[in-house]
Amino acid sequence: MSSGETIWTDDPPFPANAKRAVNNAQLRRNIRKATTTIRERRANLVGEMPDWQELRTSGAAIKDEVLRNLDRYLEQFEAAATGRGAQVHWARDADEANSIVASLVAATGETEVIKVKSMATQEIGLVRALAERGIAAYETDLAELIIQLGHDRPSHIVVPAIHKNRAEIREIFLKEMNDAPADLSDDPQALAEAARQHLRRKFFEAKVAISGANFAIAETGSLLVAESEGNGRMCLTLPDTLISVVGIEKLLPTFRDLEVFLQLLPRSSTGERMNPYNSVWTGVTPGDGPQNVHVILLDNGRTNVLRDEVGRQALRCIRCAACLNVCPVYERTGGHAYGATYPGPIGAVLTPQLVGVEHASELPFASSLCGYCYEVCPVKIDIPTVLVKLRHDAVRTGRHPVEGALFGAAGAAMKGRRRWTRALRLAPLMRFARRGGPPPLSRWTSVRNLPEPPDQSFRDWWVRQHESAREVIRERKRQ
Amino acid sequence: MSNDRETLRVALFATCLIDALFPDAGRATVQLLERLGQRVEFPLEQTCCGQMHANSGYFEVELVGRYVDVFSRYDAVVVPSASCAASIHHQHPMIARAAGDEALAVRAESVGSKTYELSQFLIDVLGTDDVGAYFPHRVTYHPTCHSVRLLGVGDRPLRLLRNVRGIDLVELPRWDECCGFGGTFAIKNPDTSAAMLADKMDAVIDTGAEVLCAGDRSCLMHIGGGLERIRAGVRTLHLVEILASTEDEYRPDRAPARSQPGAAPARSQRGAAPAATEEPPG
Repeated sequence: MSSGETIWTDDPPFPANAKRAVNNAQLRRNIRKATTTIRERRANLVGEMPDWQELRTSGAAIKDEVLRNLDRYLEQFEAAATGRGAQVHWARDADEANSIVASLVAATGETEVIKVKSMATQEIGLVRALAERGIAAYETDLAELIIQLGHDRPSHIVVPAIHKNRAEIREIFLKEMNDAPADLSDDPQALAEAARQHLRRKFFEAKVAISGANFAIAETGSLLVAESEGNGRMCLTLPDTLISVVGIEKLLPTFRDLEVFLQLLPRSSTGERMNPYNSVWTGVTPGDGPQNVHVILLDNGRTNVLRDEVGRQALRCIRCAACLNVCPVYERTGGHAYGATYPGPIGAVLTPQLVGVEHASELPFASSLCGYCYEVCPVKIDIPTVLVKLRHDAVRTGRHPVEGALFGAAGAAMKGRRRWTRALRLAPLMRFARRGGPPPLSRWTSVRNLPEPPDQSFRDWWVRQHESAREVIRERKRQ
Repeated sequence: MSNDRETLRVALFATCLIDALFPDAGRATVQLLERLGQRVEFPLEQTCCGQMHANSGYFEVELVGRYVDVFSRYDAVVVPSASCAASIHHQHPMIARAAGDEALAVRAESVGSKTYELSQFLIDVLGTDDVGAYFPHRVTYHPTCHSVRLLGVGDRPLRLLRNVRGIDLVELPRWDECCGFGGTFAIKNPDTSAAMLADKMDAVIDTGAEVLCAGDRSCLMHIGGGLERIRAGVRTLHLVEILASTEDEYRPDRAPARSQPGAAPARSQRGAAPAATEEPPG
C-alpha cells in the first residue's frame, strides 16, 4: 500500500526544513505579504456575518453527521450518481486510485489530459503516476500551472504558488512556457493573460479532464467544484471524459447543506462572499458536457483517522486554508517545510493521522499551540487539542528516550512537596548557563538569555513570611 | 458574588514557573489580593499543573490528581497565569479521561470551574477593575495566546491597566500574533520560535515602552530573554506586578532587580503579619 505523496518521504523533518525556510528572506516576505492580505480580507467578510458562529456550529454538525454514518452516505451517493449515469469506483489507497485513473484514460486512447486544481490528486501523486504510464497531465489552475512549469511543489492548499512573487512567476513563464511573449512584464494582468493564451489551446484540444470535488452530495449524487478563475469550469464542461477523485469525507447529506458550506468556504478560503465559479454536475446530462463521467471515491488513510475519537474531527476539513493564513508558524516557514501535501495547522493534524504518526512524528510539534487556527476554522476543528493528542501518540512510540527521561525526572520532582521544595533550591545554578550551556539548553540560549534566578523560591519566601519560627525549624528538620 | 468576598476561602496556585523563577510575581499577587481584602492561602503541597508535560505529549495524570486534591477544599483558586488556568480548565479533564479515570475528570471539572486567572478573579469575582494601582511608566501589554483564545479573558487585563494611575499605556502593534514561546516549541523548533520572537520584539520596541507586561510569565521569560540579549532596554513585568504597585507600597520600578532576603514588601494591615523573619532554611 502507498499513500502517494501525502508525505514527501525524501524531505528532512520539519525543524530542519523550517530552519532553511526562516532564513530565506524572499520566501518570508512573499508569504507574510500574501497571508496578511488574505487574513484581512477574511476578517472583514466574516465580521459582516451576524450568524458566523452559528454557521460554524452547523458546518461542524453536518460534517460530524456524515462521519458518523459514512458507510450509509457513501452507498447513497454511489446509488444516486450511478442512477444518473456516472460510474463510481472505490480506491483504498493512492496506488489503486492512480491505477484506476490511468486505465480510464488509457481506455479513451488519449495521452494528454487537463486537470482541475485538486488536493486529492496532489495527495495521491497522480500527475507523476500518470507520467510514469506515458500520460501527460496539464494543470490548468493558474497557480498550479506556475508550480508545474517551475518543477516545484505547492506550498498552500488554496494558493499553491503563494511562495512565489510576480517577478519570480514572470521568470518561470519566460523560461518554461514556450508560447510566452518575449516582452512579458511582471504585471499580474499580463501574467494572467499569458497563462490564459497558453491554456486556451489545451482546453479546446483535451478529450479528458481530471478533477477533485469540494463537495459530494449523497442525496443527489452531485459533485461541486468551487473556484475563482473559470479554468476549472472549462475542464468540467468541454472534454468528453471527466474523472473526479473525491476523498470519502467530502460528502454532504443533502443539496440543501450547501447553503451552509457555500457561505463558510469562500469567506474562509479566499476572502470572498461567493466563489466566482461554482460548478455542479450530476452524472451525465445527455448532449451537454462530458458524456463519460467517473467518480473515484478515495480512502487513502481516511478510515484510519475515523478510528480516533479525538482526531477524527480533522476529517471535517473543507480545505479552506484559513488556518494556514493565520498560523504564525506557517507565516515564517511556508508550506514546503511541512514536507507534505497538506501543510500548516490542518496538515499537522491530518498528515500524521493519514500516514501513521510514526511516519510524521515531528509534525504535531510544528505548532506553538497559539490557537488561532481553531478560532478561524469554519468547521470548528479544535486543532490544538488534536495536536496535543497526536503528541501524546508520538511520544508513546518511544523514539525520544532522553527527552522522555527528562520529562520523567521533572514529573517525579513535582510529585512530592519536599522533593519539589528541594528541586527549586537548585534554581540559582541557572546563573551559570544564562547565555550558553549544552543542548538542548543551547537551543534556548542561542537567541535569548535565561532569567536571572531568584535567591529563593516563592514557597521559601512564603514559608518564612507565614509560618511561625517553630514551623520553619520543623520544616528544616523534616528535610 | 462581591457580598461574599470576605468569607471566600481563596487559594493561590502560584504555578511552577513563578514558584521557581519569578517569586516577585507570586509576592505581588499576594500583596494585591490582600490589599483588596482577601486572605490568601498558599497550600504548600501544590507543584505544577502539568501543562508543560501535556503539551509535549506526556500526560501526567498524577499532577492532575494532585491539583484536584490540593485545591478542591477552596472556594476559589487564583492563578497568575492564563496558560496554566486554561490547562486546568481544558486539559485536566482530558488527561483524566485519557487515563480512564472518569471520577477524577469530574472532580477536575469541578475544581476547574472555580479556578480563575488573575484578571478574571479581580473583575468577575471581586467585581473591580480599579485596584488602586500607581505605576508612572510607559507600558505595553502583550495579550498572550492562551489568555485571549483558550481562556477568553477579553479586555479584562486592559481594563485593569487603564485604571492604573500614572500609566502611559500604549497598544502593541500586531498584538494578536503569538510570540513564539509555545513551551517546548521554543526548544523543538528553535529557528521558527526565534523568527517569531524577532517579530514580537520589533513590535515591542516600536512602542517605545519601558515595560512589557502580560498575564503569563512564561511568554515574558521568552520575550524578555530576547530583549535582554539584544540590550533593548525594555523590561518585562507580570501584569500583577503593575497592579500591585502603589505610591506607598510595592514599587517594582524602584525595587532591586532581584528580591533580597529581608527586603520583603511592606504588608497591608488587613493581611496576615509576617511571623518569621529569620535566616532562610537550607
